[in-house]
Amino acid sequence: MSYVRLDILDLALAGLLVLLNGGLSLALQLGLERQLAIASLRMLVQLSLVGLVLATLFQLVSPLFTGLAALAMVLFAGHEILARQERRLAGAWAYGLGTGCMLVAAGVITVFALTIQLRPEPWFHPRYALPLLGMVLGNTMTGISLGMHTLTTGLTRERAAVEGRLALGFTRHQAMLPVIRGALRAALMPVVNSMAATGLVALPGMMTGQILAGVEPTEAVKYQVLIMFLVAGGTGLGAVSAVLAGSRRLSDHRHRLRLDRLAPARRRR
Amino acid sequence: MLSVRGLRRAGLGPASFDLADGECVAVRGPSGAGKTLLLRALADLDPNQGEVRLDGVLREAVPAPRWRRLMAYVPAEAGWWAERVGEHFADFAAAEALIAALGLPPACRDWPIARLSTGERQRLALARALVLAPRVLLLDEPTSRLDPDAASAVERLLGERLAAGAGALWVSHDRAQAQRVSRRALRVEGGTVAEAEP
Repeated sequence: MSYVRLDILDLALAGLLVLLNGGLSLALQLGLERQLAIASLRMLVQLSLVGLVLATLFQLVSPLFTGLAALAMVLFAGHEILARQERRLAGAWAYGLGTGCMLVAAGVITVFALTIQLRPEPWFHPRYALPLLGMVLGNTMTGISLGMHTLTTGLTRERAAVEGRLALGFTRHQAMLPVIRGALRAALMPVVNSMAATGLVALPGMMTGQILAGVEPTEAVKYQVLIMFLVAGGTGLGAVSAVLAGSRRLSDHRHRLRLDRLAPARRRR
Repeated sequence: MLSVRGLRRAGLGPASFDLADGECVAVRGPSGAGKTLLLRALADLDPNQGEVRLDGVLREAVPAPRWRRLMAYVPAEAGWWAERVGEHFADFAAAEALIAALGLPPACRDWPIARLSTGERQRLALARALVLAPRVLLLDEPTSRLDPDAASAVERLLGERLAAGAGALWVSHDRAQAQRVSRRALRVEGGTVAEAEP
């Protein structure tokens, strides 16, 4: 395999493009120059740190440190799910439910891929485990947050219809089923769309990366297909468990709709 | 038939009263006094405490969906979930006689919900509940949006149900109606429930 190494000067030249954007923002009074500068700096610092951390982890190949890094990724993603909810569950459920479902779903899928398809030596080698987890996690996170968002806003909006069904003797699951279906559809749509569009509209980043690194395109495609299937599995598993658990939390053993278990509405960011 | 002892929930109670077979009790009181909260608590749609028995059986001994088919709550503004009227009935044919008695044609099965008038909605919501043949009817202003003819049809139909042994709690702001349909009244005010002059 061969790939072209980049040096600092290459990056600095490309960075001029961001400065150009900043200049445009000033000239056209878009008011974006500050945000642009902060975002660029954040990206630079965050990626550099991640690079250092990954390099260290790859040298150590320690199950403990790899596991801690994976856990930190899950916790950050859980925070991201929370930030995208308009109506959160009240109390610790808000963070716990989404993060818990994501941990299980992404964890199961990643371990499945590491132990059955990729089989690196050792199986938890961070060079494979962390990028794989990251890709599954990113998509599972999107699925869970879309599903939970649609569930909580749907139950709030359809409250009269859901209670109408309950009053006629439907069970809580039957009464909420239309909303649950809508939530799962919303959660899975991005994965379905991205599978359908992959290769025609966009070349996936991972595949592009492998090709740039000198891997044969046909081999890179195989990796990409594997990833897409894993992502679909993780998203489905995570969204179904989160939406079903959420719908149970928002109802009780006497088959009542319990919207009082949602935190008060807040303004969107 | 229905016995309520120490029924409490946020904003209401404790309330204690009995309801006999075939009896209709008018529920009166200013807006926001807790009349709807009382009906919802009896249907067990909101968390509440207290001993509620139907024909001697504690409600905790009955699965909630079965309880709500026995204690049919008909809200002032019912919820609709499907596009057409017929989809809101488990067995529309079984409801046709009721719907006819309420002055609507059988063809209303295919009417879109979005185009119903509020009066049509109110009557169809009542039919939807009555078709379950409940023991107790929890009626939240069942004729508030009806013209006098339709209101009479509703009173007649509910009268038949009462004669057949069902009980009813009937929230009404219409004093004349309350006196027509019931001989007893409960007054709900500031969250307290008490027997009142009919």
